Amino acid sequence: MALQLRKKTHESVIYIDRDSAPRIMPSGEDFILEDLPIGTRVLYPNPPIKGLPNREAAIRYALNHPHGCDPLFAQLEPGMRVTVAVDDISLPLPPMATPDIRQTILEIVLDMLEGHGVDDIHIIIANSLHRKMTEWEMKRMAGQRVFDEYYPDRYYNHDAEWADGLIKIGETRHKEPLTLNRRAAESDLLIYVNINLVPMDGGHKSVAVGLCDYESLRAHHDPQTIRDSDSYMDPARSELNRKCVRLGKIVDEHLNVFHIETAINNRMYKGDMDFLLKNEDDFTAFDRMKFEAMRYTMSKLPRPARRKLLHSRPSQYEMIACHAGKTDPVHEKIVAKGFEQYSIPIRGQADILITGIPDISPYNVYSILNPLLVQVMALGYHFNFYRNKPLLKKGGVMILHHPCYDDFDHRFHPSYIEFFNRLLPETRNADVLRDKYEREFANNPSYVEMYRRGNAYHGAHPFFMWYWGENGRQHVGKVIAAGAENSHVPAMLGWERADNLTEAIAMARSYMGNSAEITMLHQPMISIADME
Amino acid sequence: MLEESLAGAAFYDLEGTLVSTNLVHTLGFYSKRQTTLLQSVTKSATTFLSLPVFAITDQYSRKVFNDLYFKRYKGQSEDRLRYFAHELFEDVIKPAVFPGSYELIEKSRSLGLRQVVITGALDLSVKPLMEHLGITEFVTNRLEFVNGMATGRLLPPVMAAATKAQWIRTYSEREGISLSESYAYTDSMSDLPMLSIVGHPAAVNPDMRLRQTALHHDWPILVLK
Repeated sequence: MALQLRKKTHESVIYIDRDSAPRIMPSGEDFILEDLPIGTRVLYPNPPIKGLPNREAAIRYALNHPHGCDPLFAQLEPGMRVTVAVDDISLPLPPMATPDIRQTILEIVLDMLEGHGVDDIHIIIANSLHRKMTEWEMKRMAGQRVFDEYYPDRYYNHDAEWADGLIKIGETRHKEPLTLNRRAAESDLLIYVNINLVPMDGGHKSVAVGLCDYESLRAHHDPQTIRDSDSYMDPARSELNRKCVRLGKIVDEHLNVFHIETAINNRMYKGDMDFLLKNEDDFTAFDRMKFEAMRYTMSKLPRPARRKLLHSRPSQYEMIACHAGKTDPVHEKIVAKGFEQYSIPIRGQADILITGIPDISPYNVYSILNPLLVQVMALGYHFNFYRNKPLLKKGGVMILHHPCYDDFDHRFHPSYIEFFNRLLPETRNADVLRDKYEREFANNPSYVEMYRRGNAYHGAHPFFMWYWGENGRQHVGKVIAAGAENSHVPAMLGWERADNLTEAIAMARSYMGNSAEITMLHQPMISIADME
Repeated sequence: MLEESLAGAAFYDLEGTLVSTNLVHTLGFYSKRQTTLLQSVTKSATTFLSLPVFAITDQYSRKVFNDLYFKRYKGQSEDRLRYFAHELFEDVIKPAVFPGSYELIEKSRSLGLRQVVITGALDLSVKPLMEHLGITEFVTNRLEFVNGMATGRLLPPVMAAATKAQWIRTYSEREGISLSESYAYTDSMSDLPMLSIVGHPAAVNPDMRLRQTALHHDWPILVLK
């Protein structure tokens, strides 16, 4: 009876009972089927909000009815210098089916600019210290027409290490410096095109982080800021957000920014992979067939081929809101829409939190989810998807399911390799790592060149990944890596390992007691646990 | 008492690493500038026909390659080689400097690292480039001259493979350089010893063999082109 009552709390919250079907769980490039203990609470992504039927019209409406400033067309004059900055490949995840929302916005905005006699236009990808996007990725994101007209001289990646291409804007009263992309800062108008996937995205973070340099970034990408963010997915209680807002005020004093933000629904997949988002109890025979077909196909492929196959499946997100104008009012509306999509009211923290780790993260697009990225997805992103208080009790056990392979992408993540193999055996203390080694990595000439001329993440980026797991690391009592194919990776990360989920749950219960409350995040999912 | 921390250095190979030219470009340049037209044609043709031999021997052994290659300079006048050195730099070497080389050196210098080039190229072709790059410490190969004419042999030490690593060790001891704090950059598998003795090795524009080695050792792979 109690279980029956609990089932009704929210459509995205399911409790496992005797008749429940086993649950699908991603584990890296694999999908496994697991029977969960009776009483386990499983959180599913909310059903997708219906996408706007005519997104071009919605974008045009937003441009012509902005918040807090004149419409875009009214701000344009012939001969003015305009820069359009766009979010990089870390948004959305996985990369969306074409045409990308950014392509649609760019085509509309560029037509408007050209129609008003503006011809000094640059498009800059606000990649900050992320890897630069490849030519193919840039073409895919902006579309053939924009690419042909602007690439490479007027459509390029931001370079946080090009001294001549940066300019110091100022610093906050807390002595946080802000150095930005010179072209963007010296433009008469900076138009920022955003896709808001999680509540942490967008707002003042877009310009102040996306177009800054290393010294500016390290002022807020530090362990203490993350520890003080409860959580960084909740703007109202995020120290990271507060710092970005402070920097944003400086941006607004010096730059004329016209911000275009969009919210998307959570329709990550549809068609052949839509069953991944469904409650297994509601599976049709066709859903089961699709899952078995996928599992069989995957079982016959080597891991790189499985990865390639998964990365070739674009997401099917639809735009559910578009607002434009001044950063603050625009961001407020988009974040509210995002919470409408993602928020799941939850009562009661869990003693044991289970999450599969899918091969999806902002930092491994077309690449490998290396151990540091597994860490940031578990203790960073999935842990931080809450408001008010964490889904997991203080000192609780987090069980993640991933092979934890010791595999890195040499082209995209070169400094991660040194961080993992040289630094972590010495210490996992984020403050020590920051004080002792962060600058060394940031200034390593090899890493700087690989960031500037290649497609490598900045030398300091693995440190930020480690800090981003900091509040999770401080909160969680124990992490168990189920399905880890080796023991040294979990050990290096400070985790225990288990062969499978059953063993991991038994281990967790030995710490938390047999009556421990278990909650599972049904991955892949983006949601915010709104804790009562 | 705490030990005084030692400074680091950045050790660069030159040809293929910082510039796209190699030894054969230099030889080809001089072959075209002989005293008579007939000599120029003959020398150029011989150089051209030797290319496959150079390629094969370089894969086999850098020492054998050097023995064969530098013999091509036998009988050349020292004055003439030096006379054309500036033209060689302006016409051949300077345009061949990789754009990323300037950035790499500048970043490295800004960290206070000593900039040192260790190359198997000839001193007379390297010196103008070093002035251009602002590098004062470099070691090269040197031709032996008798009565102003090249003998086709090199003066010791011959800079290749393990000799480069040996030179770096000696230099570091003498100058108080910490090898674990030092960087090394090269494009060739023959320089593996040089990469192996520093704390921060990197493969630059590597050939297939060095690329595989760099991947196995998790060394950064840079493309400065």
